[in-house]
Amino acid sequence: MTLVEFLQQLINGLSLGSVYALIALGYTMVYGIIGLINFAHCDIYMVGAYIGFFVSTDLHLPFVPTLIVAMLGSAIAGVLVERFAYKPLLRKASSISLLITAMGVSLLLENGFNAVFGGSPRSYPHNILTQKSISLGPVRTDSLHLIILLTSVVLMVLLQIVIYKTKIGKAMRATSADKDAAALMGINVNATISATFAIGSALAGAAGVLVGILYNSIDPYMGIQPGIKAFTAAVFGGIGMIPGAFLGGLILGVIETFVTAWYSPLSGAIGFIVLIVILIIKPSGLLGKKVSEKV
Amino acid sequence: MTAYGKKLAIFLAASVALFAVLSALMFQGLIDAYLQRILMTICINVILALSTNLIINFTGQLTLGHSAFMAIGAYAAAAIFKVGVPFFLSIVLGSIVAAIFGFLIGLPTLRLKGDYLAITTMGFCQIIVVLIQNISQLGGAQGMTGIPGKTNFAWVFFSMIFTILILSHVVKSRQGRAMISVREDEIAAEAMGINTTRYKVMAFTLGAFFAGLAGGLYAFLMMFIEPTSFNYFKSIDLVIYVVLGGSGNFAGCIASTTILTILPEALRPLNDYRMVIYPLLLIVIMILRVKNIRIPWLSDFFSRFRKGGDKNAAA
Amino acid sequence: MKKQIAASVLALAMTVSCAGCQGGNSAGGASGGTIKIGFVGPLTGGNSSYGQSSKKGLELLEDQINKAGGINGKKIDLVEVDDEGKPATSVTGGTKLISSDKVVAIVGPVTSGCANSLAPICQANNIPMITGTGTNANITKAGDCIFRTCFIDPFQGKVMAKFASEDLKAKTAAILYNNGDDYSKGLFSAFKANFTGSIVETENYNAGDKDFNAQLTKIAAKKPDVLYLPEYYGDVAVIAREARNMGITATFLGGDGFDSPELFSVGGDSVNGAYFSNHYASDDTSPEVVQFIKDYKAKYNSSPDAFAALTYDAGKVLCDSIKKAGSTDATAIKNALKSYSGTVVCGKISFDNDRNAVKSAVIIKTVDGKETFFKKISA
Repeated sequence: MTLVEFLQQLINGLSLGSVYALIALGYTMVYGIIGLINFAHCDIYMVGAYIGFFVSTDLHLPFVPTLIVAMLGSAIAGVLVERFAYKPLLRKASSISLLITAMGVSLLLENGFNAVFGGSPRSYPHNILTQKSISLGPVRTDSLHLIILLTSVVLMVLLQIVIYKTKIGKAMRATSADKDAAALMGINVNATISATFAIGSALAGAAGVLVGILYNSIDPYMGIQPGIKAFTAAVFGGIGMIPGAFLGGLILGVIETFVTAWYSPLSGAIGFIVLIVILIIKPSGLLGKKVSEKV
Repeated sequence: MTAYGKKLAIFLAASVALFAVLSALMFQGLIDAYLQRILMTICINVILALSTNLIINFTGQLTLGHSAFMAIGAYAAAAIFKVGVPFFLSIVLGSIVAAIFGFLIGLPTLRLKGDYLAITTMGFCQIIVVLIQNISQLGGAQGMTGIPGKTNFAWVFFSMIFTILILSHVVKSRQGRAMISVREDEIAAEAMGINTTRYKVMAFTLGAFFAGLAGGLYAFLMMFIEPTSFNYFKSIDLVIYVVLGGSGNFAGCIASTTILTILPEALRPLNDYRMVIYPLLLIVIMILRVKNIRIPWLSDFFSRFRKGGDKNAAA
Repeated sequence: MKKQIAASVLALAMTVSCAGCQGGNSAGGASGGTIKIGFVGPLTGGNSSYGQSSKKGLELLEDQINKAGGINGKKIDLVEVDDEGKPATSVTGGTKLISSDKVVAIVGPVTSGCANSLAPICQANNIPMITGTGTNANITKAGDCIFRTCFIDPFQGKVMAKFASEDLKAKTAAILYNNGDDYSKGLFSAFKANFTGSIVETENYNAGDKDFNAQLTKIAAKKPDVLYLPEYYGDVAVIAREARNMGITATFLGGDGFDSPELFSVGGDSVNGAYFSNHYASDDTSPEVVQFIKDYKAKYNSSPDAFAALTYDAGKVLCDSIKKAGSTDATAIKNALKSYSGTVVCGKISFDNDRNAVKSAVIIKTVDGKETFFKKISA
C-alpha cells in the first residue's frame, strides 16, 4: 500500500466512521439514560429518512427545513413508540422484555413501511445537497462526508452540553442513576424519559436524512445494517458514553475500511471480530467505566 | 417406583400417545402436508427454544447468537452425511461439533455480562455466517443442495421429547441448581464456592449441542441449507420464544414457541399486512403479560404457565 | 411434567383448530371454473422489492388472461404467499399452496435460495414449478417438475465476459461482487472464467453495505477498462455514484439485475454509458414487449423492471402450456412445458433437456437515463 493509498483509505474509514458515529450517538444516549438497547432506533432513522424524502420531494423544501421537519417528525415517532410500546413495560419489566418489545417495534416499522410504501428504493431530489468531490492533493473526499462528520461533532458537543449543563440533563442523569429516588426528588420521570426518546429519535432522524442523501437511496429495511454497526460502535466506545459512541464509530469505520482493503471477503465479519477482541481485553469498552458490582 | 420414575413414565406414555394420535391423523389425511410441515417446524423450534431457555432463563446469560450453533449443526451433519456416514450418526456428530464450538466460543465470551455478552454472541453468529459464505466446499453463499429428506415427523417429535427429558433432568440436577444460582446472584454463587464460569460454559455447551441437533434435523428436513437462514434474526426469534414463554419453565416455553410458530402462518389471510400484524401482536402480548391484563384464554394461558413473573428473566 | 403434557396437548389443539381455518377451502385446483396457480416470493423483508415487482407482473398476466376469457374457458385464480425471502418459510408457504389450496402449478419462488428449497417439495408432490427469476444452476436439478424461464447465472457472466473482450476490446477488468449473494457470486465466477484480458482486481462486500470506498480505492489505483458489477440495481446505483466520485472512469458492466427504473433515479448520471445483459430491450418494437409495457404502465403507473417481466413470462409460459395440455393434470402440464416453444416478452423461448430456458440475450446500453438496445446474442 502506497502512502497515498493509505491516506485515501484513512479518509474513507473516517467517512464511514462518521456515518456510524452519527447513528450511534442517539443509540448510546437512550441506553445511557434508560438502559434499553433500543433496537427500534435504526428504524426511527429509517422513518426520518422517509419523512425527509416526502417533504423534500412533495413539498420541495430545501435541505435545512427538510432536516428540521424530519427531526421533529422522528422525535414525535420516537415519543409515540415510547408511550405506546415501552412505557407500559419500563418500570415493571426486566430489560430483556423491553428488548423483545423493541424488536417488535423494529419489525412493525420495517414491515409497516414496506406494506404502505413498497420495498423498492427511493431517492432524494438530486438538487437538495450537491455532492462535490474535494481534492486534498492526491487524496479526495466529498462535501457530504465532511458535512456528516461535522454534524456528528456538533451533535456530540450539543448532547454533552444538554446532559451536563441543563436542567433537563440533570433530570436525565438523575433518572439514569435511580428512577425512584429521582421521582422522590420531584423529577417528573415520565417526562424525562419521553424527552430522552425525543432527543434520541431526533438524532436518528437527522442521521436518516443525511445518510439518505449521501447514498441517495432509502428503503424500509435500510436501518438494519447501520443499526447493527452503530450498536457495535456504541458498545465499542463504552455503551452509554456519548464521546465513546463518536470515537467508537470512527475507529470501527477505520478498522473496517483497512481490513476490507486488505482482504475483502472478511468485510462482513471484521467489525465483530474487532469488537470481540476489544471486549475480551477491556470488557466495558474503550471509554466505559468499570462499575464494581454491588453485593 | 419413585415419584420421579412415575412422572417419567406418565410423560413418556403421554408422548407416545400424542405421537400415535398425530400419526393416525396424518395417515388419515386429517392433518395435511401443510400442517405436518408446521408441526415439524414446531418440534424443531421447540428444541431450539428449550436449548436457548437453558442459557437465557436458567443461567441468566443473554445470548443473541444461538442460531450459529444451529448453523454449525446443520452444516456439520450434512457434510458428514455426504462422506458416507449414516443419517442418525451424522446428526449426532453434527450436534457434537456444535457443542465443541459452543465450548470454544463460550469460554472467552462468558466473562462478559448483559448487553456486552449479547452483542458479542450476536457478533459470533455473524462471523460464523460469513465464514460459511466463504467456504466453497459447503456451497458458500449459494447454499448446499442435494441433502436427502431423511427427517420425518417421528425423528423431530422424538428428538423433541429427548430434548425435553434431558434438559428437564439437567435443570433438576446439582449442575442445574448451580446454573440457577448463577442467574439469581452471580457473586453470591461465587461466594458459595460455585465456579460460575464453569457452569455458564456448561450451559452454553449443552445448549449448543441441542441447537446443533435441531440444525441437523432442519438440514435433512429442508434438503437445502444456506448461511443467511441462520443469521442473528433467527437467534432473535429464539429469544422471543423464550422470553414470551416466561422465566425458566418448560411448558411456557413450549407453548409460546408453538403459538409463535403458528401465528405467522395463521395470519396468512391478511396478505400484505400479515407481517405488520405479527409484530403488533408481539408487542401487545408483551404488554399484556407485564400488566397482567386478563383477556380470554391468551393472557390466562400465559399466566398459568408463568411461575416467577418477569423478574427472574435474564437482566 | 403435567404442565408439559398440558402444553403439548394445547399445542395440538391449536394446530388442529388452525387446520380448520386453513384446510377448509380444498375445492381442488381446476373445479368451479377456475384454475388455481400459486405464487411464492418475498413480499416482506430485505428482498421485498423483488417479490413485489414479480407479483405485479403476474397479477397483470392474471388480468389479461381473465379479461380474454381465461384458459380454455376457465378463469385463473392467483394464490400468493409471502416467503419473506427465507427458504424455510418458502417451503411452508409452498406446501400450503400444494396441500391446502390445491394449486395446479407454482410460479416462483423469486429468489434462488427459496427456489432451491421449494424445488424438491414440488418434485415430491408432482406439482410443476416454474421460476422466472431463480438463476442458481442447481434449482432445476431437483427433477422433471422444475422449470425456469430465466438464464442461469453462468450464462450471463459468460455473455458479458465475451462482450467485454470482443466488442469492447477491454484489456483489463475489475470485479466488485456481493459475497453473501448467490446471484452475484454466480455471475462473478462465470465472468472471471471467460474474460480473456487480465482481471486486475477482485473485491467483494456484504449484503446491506452502502459504503464501497475501501474497495473502490483499490480498484481506482489499477485503472481498469471495465468494472463488472454483478448485482441488483439498488446497490449498483450506489456503487456507480461512489465509483465516479472516486474518479473511476471504467465502463460499468452488469447483468439483468441492472434492469429497473430505480437504477437511474438512484444512480443519476453515473450509471450512463453502462452495458448489461438482459432478457429483452424495453425499446423493442415486438408486439409482446410493446403490449406488456403499455399494460404495465396503465395498471401500475410505473415502468416494469426485470423481475416483473420475467415472472410475467414464467406465468405466460405456464398458462400457455396449461391451455395446450387442455387439462390441469400435472403430467400433461409437464409434457406441454417440455415441448413448449413460443414468443413472450423476452423473445422466443423453449426448454432444453434440463428444463432450463433456451432463449437469446440482449445487451443493453444505458444512455441519458434510458435503456437502449445495443446488441442481440443468440443462445
